[in-house]
Amino acid sequence: MSLLTPAVDRPSRTRRAVPRVELRSLDTLWFQVAGTVCNLACSHCFISCSPTNRTHEFLSLETVKQHLDEATRLGVKEYYFTGGEPFLHPDMEAILEATLEVGPATVLTNGLLLDPQRCARLAAMAERSEYSFDLRLSMDGYDAATNDPIRGTGTFERIMEGARNAHAAGVNPVLTVTEVHSENSTPAGRDRFFDLLRELGIEHPRLKILPVFQLGAQAERRGAYESWQRLAAGDVDDGSWEHLQCSSCRMVTDQGVWVCPILVNEPEGRMGETLADTLDSFPLGHPACWTCHVHGVSCKT
Amino acid sequence: MSHRVPEDAARRSRRHLDAQAIDKLTAHRGKATWGEKLVPLDEFRDAALQYGRSLDEAERKGAVSRYLSTASDGIEVEGPYQRIAVFGGIYNNSYGLEAVLEDAQRRGAEAVYCLGDFGGFGPNPEKIWPLLEQGEIGCIQGNYEQSLSSGAVDCNCGYADPRDNHFAAISYRYTAKNASEAFKRWMGGHPLRRRVRVGEKELLLVHGSPRRINEFLFASQTPTAYLEVLLDQEGADAVLCTHTGLQWHRRLPSGRDVVNVGVIGRPANDGQTHVWYSMLHAGSEGDLQVELLPLPYDHESLAADMRREDLPEEFVQTILTGWWTTCLEILPARERAASRF
Ligand code: SF4
Ligand code: SF4
Repeated sequence: MSLLTPAVDRPSRTRRAVPRVELRSLDTLWFQVAGTVCNLACSHCFISCSPTNRTHEFLSLETVKQHLDEATRLGVKEYYFTGGEPFLHPDMEAILEATLEVGPATVLTNGLLLDPQRCARLAAMAERSEYSFDLRLSMDGYDAATNDPIRGTGTFERIMEGARNAHAAGVNPVLTVTEVHSENSTPAGRDRFFDLLRELGIEHPRLKILPVFQLGAQAERRGAYESWQRLAAGDVDDGSWEHLQCSSCRMVTDQGVWVCPILVNEPEGRMGETLADTLDSFPLGHPACWTCHVHGVSCKT
Repeated sequence: MSHRVPEDAARRSRRHLDAQAIDKLTAHRGKATWGEKLVPLDEFRDAALQYGRSLDEAERKGAVSRYLSTASDGIEVEGPYQRIAVFGGIYNNSYGLEAVLEDAQRRGAEAVYCLGDFGGFGPNPEKIWPLLEQGEIGCIQGNYEQSLSSGAVDCNCGYADPRDNHFAAISYRYTAKNASEAFKRWMGGHPLRRRVRVGEKELLLVHGSPRRINEFLFASQTPTAYLEVLLDQEGADAVLCTHTGLQWHRRLPSGRDVVNVGVIGRPANDGQTHVWYSMLHAGSEGDLQVELLPLPYDHESLAADMRREDLPEEFVQTILTGWWTTCLEILPARERAASRF
């Protein structure tokens, strides 16, 4: 980038209005089902989850069901569950069972609690539903040397064990990898992840790559956003925000309904109590919105 | 609710941890993580409550009904017919197109519709043009027609995985190079949706979905409640779509129908070489009768033409075996589990 660009750009950016994204249609509903509670404390976690982080608490089965009811009336197409670690939730399987009655469901997990019994129950549940069920399994390097410094000592082996158990039960997990190591998303990097899955006997390896957000623990590790990393009106042709997931998603936590899965630790990300409160537009004033725009991020599969 | 489970998990794993790691695991006790700051829990929660809106019941109703309403498309309803044939995804397969026109006529269809995606995948794009014109087929544009007629750089199929996009790009480049400008202009002249009356029912014909030309409506990824909302919004008794390449029909609790009519350009990833199209006719009770029909065609000649045109052998294998070899990553878990590759 030219050295001149930020200098020219910065003052004008601060003067320009923050663009707003309209909700085109509410297709994807997220649940922060385990709140910010996790059995890991990864050094790149953009919402700093840990065993003691209760910024958001577990969502009760009751709360999930209320939102599912409202979601079906609004014609939501798909449901995603994340945390923290969703399988720490004692009612997680009941929640999935209720969800799979009304639509397809995906769980984002770190894989540590995917023992053979749980995987067998999940596979049976998927079998009973007319809708698709997916597991997204997080990993950040293709060996212990690259993964464990991020996710914790011994996690590489345990994630592989989780993948093995899921596959043995008949669930083909989508390996979810961040660009915390830049080589992860290169063609060679992708091939190494595919090979890992093939070594487990998975014939159709599936992979999802996500950028890192300079938020939470990752910001502590690598620094927060720079002041110029913000969207301004005119950055994109008017109304052409379809590449942003917030034009088609919302996120339910125990603190209310938020705009997207990324801004849950930013109070400004909260939009209301019920989905009906959140059908209006949202101002893209947070620096993370800049990452979404530049990388075209979507957290869904 | 019990909060024992995570604490236990933490305690269990703590046995293997050094002091620094334990600090990290317990650092958040009683605190909230606000961005990268650590603040008292209540400070975060109070701040969050200042954001967003909390509408009263009447306002919520209003917001929902505004969200669910759509302006009428005002297009003229064609028909009425007693029986129509509908297909999508020709993908340059002139043999499939000949076969469907013959089969539809034999079964007494009064009108034939094509829901778009004329090109891609198969050989010699120009061959289907006279068949479409002579057959007086009521066409709508798919993403392929939209892209080709506007000179777009890709097919806008809506794939997300590089493996899918690789083969989609080969298809699109081949079709874009081998279709005449006149044919491309003709493609762009078709409407994006049609309404057709069959008996007493009004059918809305689209390519992907009424919302988006390249939306994938796979059976296992499309909730019934979502479809009811779509039909309410569109004021139709049935929606007919294609784009995914996999046919299905669902009668909704409201008695309305959604039909993914299938494609005649390549088989349905089931190990069979035939392709699929749909016949819709008026039932004696005023209801809509839906038939998904398998359609054999001269797939060996198609495969031979594809080889002559140097199209990827992966595509040829799909035609000869009935199993998809490409564009698999877009499949939802259920449909993917049923595929061979
Ligand atoms: S990245 Fe995932 S597994 Fe790691 S701490 Fe955050 S929520 Fe837990
Ligand atoms: S962080 Fe991304 S998804 Fe969330 S509001 Fe900003 S642009 Fe939208």
